[in-house]
Amino acid sequence: MTTLLILAVIVLAFLVVMRLHRVSDLAAALRGEREELIPEKDNRTSGRMMWVVGFIYLALFTWIPIHFKSVFLPPPASTQGVWIDAMFHFNWIMLGIVFYITNIALFYFAGKYFHRPGKKAFWYPHNNRLELLWTVIPAVVLIVVIIYGLYVWNRITAAPDPGTMEVEVYGKQFDWTIRYPGKDKQLGATDFRLIDGDNPLGIVTGNVVTKRLADLQKELEQAEVDRAAQAEIQPTDQLADMDDHIAHIRRMREGIMNLGILMKEDIATNGGNSKYLHGADDQVTKEFHLPQNVDVELLIRSQDVIHSVYLPHMRAQMNAVPGMTTRMHLVPTITTDSMRLVTNNPEFDYILLCNKVCGISHYNMQIPLTVEKPGAFKVWSILLPSFENKSKVADEAPADSSKAKVATDTTAVATTTETKKN
Amino acid sequence: MSAVANTQAAHSGHHHADLHQHKESFISKFVFSHDHKMISKQFLVTAIIMAWIAMIMSVIFRLQIAWPGESFAFTHFFLGEKWAPGGVLSSTMYLALVTIHGTIMVFFVLTGGLSGTFSNLLIPYQIGARDMASGFINMLSYWFFLTASIIMIFSLFVESGPAAGGWTVYPPLSALPQAIPGSGTGMTLWLFSMVLFVAGSLMGSLNYIVTVMNLRTKGMKMTRLPLTIWALLLTAIVGVLAFPVLVSAVVLLIMDRMMGTSFYLSEIHIAGEALDHMGGSPILYQHLFWFLGHPEVYIVILPAFGISSEVISTMSRKPIFGYRAMIGSLMAISFLSFIVWAHHMFISGMNPFLGSVFVFTTVLIAIPSAVKVFNYLTTLWRGNIIFSPGMLFSIGMVSTFIAGGLTGIILADSALDIQVHDTYFVIAHFHMVMGVSAIFAMFAGIYHWFPKMYGRMMSTKLGYLHFWTTFICAFGVFIPMHYVGLAGGPRRYYNYTEFPMFNGGVADLNHIISVFAIIGAAAQIIFTYNFFRSIFLGQKAVQNPWHSNTLEWTTPVEHIHGNWPGPLPTVYRWPYDYSKPGKLEDYVPQTVPLEDGEEEH
Repeated sequence: MTTLLILAVIVLAFLVVMRLHRVSDLAAALRGEREELIPEKDNRTSGRMMWVVGFIYLALFTWIPIHFKSVFLPPPASTQGVWIDAMFHFNWIMLGIVFYITNIALFYFAGKYFHRPGKKAFWYPHNNRLELLWTVIPAVVLIVVIIYGLYVWNRITAAPDPGTMEVEVYGKQFDWTIRYPGKDKQLGATDFRLIDGDNPLGIVTGNVVTKRLADLQKELEQAEVDRAAQAEIQPTDQLADMDDHIAHIRRMREGIMNLGILMKEDIATNGGNSKYLHGADDQVTKEFHLPQNVDVELLIRSQDVIHSVYLPHMRAQMNAVPGMTTRMHLVPTITTDSMRLVTNNPEFDYILLCNKVCGISHYNMQIPLTVEKPGAFKVWSILLPSFENKSKVADEAPADSSKAKVATDTTAVATTTETKKN
Repeated sequence: MSAVANTQAAHSGHHHADLHQHKESFISKFVFSHDHKMISKQFLVTAIIMAWIAMIMSVIFRLQIAWPGESFAFTHFFLGEKWAPGGVLSSTMYLALVTIHGTIMVFFVLTGGLSGTFSNLLIPYQIGARDMASGFINMLSYWFFLTASIIMIFSLFVESGPAAGGWTVYPPLSALPQAIPGSGTGMTLWLFSMVLFVAGSLMGSLNYIVTVMNLRTKGMKMTRLPLTIWALLLTAIVGVLAFPVLVSAVVLLIMDRMMGTSFYLSEIHIAGEALDHMGGSPILYQHLFWFLGHPEVYIVILPAFGISSEVISTMSRKPIFGYRAMIGSLMAISFLSFIVWAHHMFISGMNPFLGSVFVFTTVLIAIPSAVKVFNYLTTLWRGNIIFSPGMLFSIGMVSTFIAGGLTGIILADSALDIQVHDTYFVIAHFHMVMGVSAIFAMFAGIYHWFPKMYGRMMSTKLGYLHFWTTFICAFGVFIPMHYVGLAGGPRRYYNYTEFPMFNGGVADLNHIISVFAIIGAAAQIIFTYNFFRSIFLGQKAVQNPWHSNTLEWTTPVEHIHGNWPGPLPTVYRWPYDYSKPGKLEDYVPQTVPLEDGEEEH
């Protein structure tokens, strides 16, 4: 009802305006006014409006950043952030100068040279020298911008030193999982076909492969039994779906069998350096900590769609792309505690947010980041349960944190056993 | 479409009286018309309707962004209980709205509406041709465009909702219905709509190129073409080269969705299940998409340059400064537009070295753009400016182009892009530089050529009101938006309430933006009213209301087949002889022969 009333009011208002406009229009026609003949008064007013609006525009443009200072991010919390912010300042100054000059010229000329009867515009079709001037000057300025920009870009994207700490950031709808390399300081291999509740990242270990193959075998048998049982009852399209499902399981099984073979070969060639032996001690967690002043390389992957790792306070961003690993490395320079003091906000947290549309809860795909002193980070990370033990604990009994901690210490043993098994 | 049809019905009395008019049925004249003038009006009215739909969408999601979780009768009225339970926009529909808003605005309004309308209207008129090279293909181009529009609108009504992966529809999100409901039927319709759109756009573009190349009247050398024609010609060339790549991207996506191929998909585990797709690359799609997507923004802005050049020169009563430099910069921009696409992908996982190459080419585009701006400024300098609504919008276009162009230099710099990529800074940038600038030029074109299209004048007073509210609101919306982006505010977020860092100043800025957006949208009622009313009741136009030099104003006010009643006009001079010294009038039409000893310019 209200909607209808509102609509009625809008329609009525519209009609009234229309009638009024019609009346003024008829009056203008009687006076012999023509739409295209803009009276001198209107040209003058428009010209003055250009000045007024131009002035307000530039004034507001200057005022907003001062008034809304609070919205700007706190000082950059990484080395690359410092470079980027410095570059931003340089660019803003360059662009600001051009912005003010061109806008002042635009609004000033537009306001000043309004039409006056009897006046003739200045015939000025071209001036090669002037045109050359404003081709060359922007070109030179832009070359400086490009060189500075590429210098910073190359520094940021330069390959990290060998031995740089690696941390995996793994995105899926709609959360982030972090993986630390554990004692061996190397991240193990993963495969998306091994992903399940106990193994959210699909880490490859001998146990995981064996278990997954057994599960798939069971699943396959069950599916085949179902298919046989339904053969008489279900319509053909349903049966076709079931066939597809069976084929899918077969492909999965085949893929994992191949993976098992690859793994064996790789271990035979590389021995203890095989990437398939690094997974067991990896630490998978929903908490994200980084040490201060340490170069960290983030290995970024996605399980389903494209996400983007965005750390606004670090001035760092990289997409998470399914099917590939993307990388970025950064040195966090300010601990969370220091930043709380700097921002005068005891609640402050660095945040990692998803910055590539990824589905309906995209707006809440975040994880806080804690930057702490390297000592504190070491203590925190040692206490994280390793993957192999965590899944064992999960298999045997309800997870018990104290047990998990004890188990961490036996990681090395577990790894050795596994080597033998393969 | 009926509005156009009715208008023409209102005029039909005159048409039938015309000797040159042969009898036509209603259908062949108003619906399946081969006439460039009618087709241009069809494009325009379709685009206005599409623009309204997309603009209402933007109001709905601006309400949600500024006042998250609040109930709005407006939202409920348009979306109903399913997509806006209790008047609160759902997060699924939010993404669908931003997606379709972008798609409609970029493709259906600023491509179809802008170059479709003005290429059709101006190319035959300004080069002195009786019609397009192929009237039939021209008609087909419109009907493909209309079908694409209808499918796009229809996709709003399917059960799982329209496409919702952003207007760039990056796979895997757009390829997997498990990932988001919009990637079901809605996405299929989106893809088919785009294929039809591109087919129509290609037919149009080929026609425009052939027409400009072959049907110029006697004396109309390329260096005597108005800048509008240069701009529309280059737009068409860019379109022909870029749009097919979008089709290839779309076809591969359709195959990934429907036939189990793996062009873009690899190693995906979604909804508790590992998919079979192996070996594809989502980045391939981004390369293909942006190979069109970047030239596309120039397809949008080049006609805007053309229109504003023409209007600024005419209404300043001054030749456009540096005509050849203007053509050169249009060409440079068109060329460079093809080698900058990967600046959308600096952080996509692409090799950083490749990124640096694209930084270089992208920043180079600023040079011809700067030349254009300086030339506009010099044209205004010591002019004799008549502030018609078209002129106001052209000046507005220069202003927004400056603001948006400068932030483009920030985004072109890969190192800076790391920080502001996919934030509201980007949104503010491209709305300024291609959204507002192009729509301002479109308004300028409509106000300026309305007398040519409909034989009547639009109300100047309402035009003033429309311009100033729209202009102020455009800045009110997009200037604060830059700061939301600089604060780290990501785009396509349903709300910011989950982040304490966005609660203070950013929320205030979002209120300001939304208030201006609503006022700005309401101001378009003035325009729409003025437009449709003037079609029927506007003051009857005179033949050359703006005292312009170009050929379209030598045709009679009433539309006739073949445009000119007698032989085609002959051209003797460039189109910008305004206020030429030694002339009595402040304009010399192109059809006036050079006097003895007069130099061509």
